[in-house]
Amino acid sequence: MPTQEQQNSRSQTSQKEEMILKAEDVTVYYDDFAALRGVYMDIPRNQVTALIGPSGCGKSTLLRCFNRLNDLIDGCRVEGKVIYRDKNLYSDNIDAVEVRRRIGMVFQKPNPFPKSIYENIAYGARINGYKDNMDDLVEKSLRQAAIWDEVKDKLKQNGLSLSGGQQQRLCIARAVALKPDVVLMDEPCSSLDPVSTSKVEDLIHELKEEYTIVIVTHNMQQASRVADMTAFFNAEEGESGNRFGYLVEYDRTEDIFENPQEESTKSYVGGHFG
Amino acid sequence: MSSTTYNQQDNLSNLEASNSRPRTIIGTLLTVLAFTLLGVALLPLGLVIAYVIIKGANRLNLSLFTELPPAAFQEGGGVANAIVGTLILVGIAAIISIPIGVLAAVYLSEFAPKRVARWIRFATNVLSGVPSIIVGIFAYGVIVLRTDSFSAFAGGFALAILMLPIIVRTTDEALQIVPQEVRWASVGVGASNFHTVLKIVLPAALPAIVTGTSLAIARAAGETAPLIFTALFTQFWPNGLFEPIPSLSVLIYNYATVPYDNQRELAWAASLLLVLLILLASVISRWATRKSVY
Ligand SMILES: Nc1ncnc2c1ncn2[C@@H]1O[C@H](COP(=O)(O)OP(=O)(O)O)[C@@H](O)[C@H]1O
Ligand SMILES: [Mg+2]
Repeated sequence: MPTQEQQNSRSQTSQKEEMILKAEDVTVYYDDFAALRGVYMDIPRNQVTALIGPSGCGKSTLLRCFNRLNDLIDGCRVEGKVIYRDKNLYSDNIDAVEVRRRIGMVFQKPNPFPKSIYENIAYGARINGYKDNMDDLVEKSLRQAAIWDEVKDKLKQNGLSLSGGQQQRLCIARAVALKPDVVLMDEPCSSLDPVSTSKVEDLIHELKEEYTIVIVTHNMQQASRVADMTAFFNAEEGESGNRFGYLVEYDRTEDIFENPQEESTKSYVGGHFG
Repeated sequence: MSSTTYNQQDNLSNLEASNSRPRTIIGTLLTVLAFTLLGVALLPLGLVIAYVIIKGANRLNLSLFTELPPAAFQEGGGVANAIVGTLILVGIAAIISIPIGVLAAVYLSEFAPKRVARWIRFATNVLSGVPSIIVGIFAYGVIVLRTDSFSAFAGGFALAILMLPIIVRTTDEALQIVPQEVRWASVGVGASNFHTVLKIVLPAALPAIVTGTSLAIARAAGETAPLIFTALFTQFWPNGLFEPIPSLSVLIYNYATVPYDNQRELAWAASLLLVLLILLASVISRWATRKSVY
């Protein structure tokens, strides 16, 4: 349910902030099991929104609703609405492929294509009908992802030959090359060392000038460092004994960390569980 | 000599390696046993190859590759027509089975509902267990009797059925090894499922597909039973797709047991060629395996 605080923060900010994505009563089922229930959430444009919470509470599930990647999972069903610029992504006349061209994604495990570094960028651009100079696009995207200097001499090498941190930045470059409206990131640093992590975080700061970012993270310091808005999810035992995830609290990051309204948020950000 | 260590009371000296402990002795025995059995297992392979080389090598000359088989009492000659015939038969089989097999595997691994896929995989396993002679009879009934003639096409068809399950299975496995996340990444940049399979998944699986295909070809090249009543044999050059066609394996079958030395020697030389062909296919498959990305 949208809490009173949310309503307030929404009305305070609506003058200067435009909401680019809205979840309205989103419930996601895997087969018959509701993994995530009744999420209302507005995501402001050109800001970083973090989703935090213990594992299994449906953060990745929600993120996949935002670009309809759940379509690829057998047995996954989404109820409710996901509004992107006034269009419900789950209404019948929406082309999921077009959605994914506008809403890019970076995954938890770096997953470059088993192709050259150059092709990793060019592949998506070509699919999306990019007609200008491909070399320029590749260079610009790799620069944006702060990896150009490391790979400029080996663009023909296979993307899989890079280190984990480099692979993840390549994946970010691949996502931004499409000039998406929104970049979804699912724990992009969870498999990275601290140096790569801080590079990716710097990157997120830079990217938010141009893009809206929704990032799932396990790491609360990371949320407090990079996010403008933070949503805390939790999982609870349902009537039938199933655990289902739900949105507990969603507010400006400072408020979530310094002045949480809910008891469970307080103990989570205080490090007492999760 | 074993009692000395066993009686020792000092714990520290137990740390020193000793060859006479029961544990060490059993370990050594088992290692020796394993090596012996390995030798026994490799022996047939070594003997077969050695024997075929010894018997076949003295006819391994140019005329083997250029001349037709001689009649009963003549000297010299070669197996050129059978070499060409085997290549044609395997070629026909490959043209039929590779596209069907690869596409079937793509459907299985990428598009089929789980339950359907399980049944198709089961059917594929059954097919790969069907004895080749039965496949031969099937091709005989379906093609030879219908067209009223033994033919290269019928032989290739029979070999294609034998190759099909191998290709489906190896391709299916190769596609499944490609991580799900990579498919998601491709769909995530706006590719359709079809495009993803074509441009990302299949290229990544290609080395393993080549491996499977070359093993299937090696298997098909050595098959005799299904060819005896489909492709038959001739002493002459292959003469079109709908005529009987010679092959190395049927040539070996025909000539190995005749009382004429010259033809028996040619059968051995043909055996050597077949073994070399199969070796070549195995080498190609090893090479392809090393190129694989996942
Ligand atoms: N592909 C799937 N099939 C079935 N259940 C799934 C699948 N993915 C996630 N789940 C279930 O949905 C719940 C939420 O998972 P997830 O969204 O991955 O949580 P989080 O990302 O917060 O750790 C978990 O209970 C998980 O078991
Ligand atoms: Mg997750």
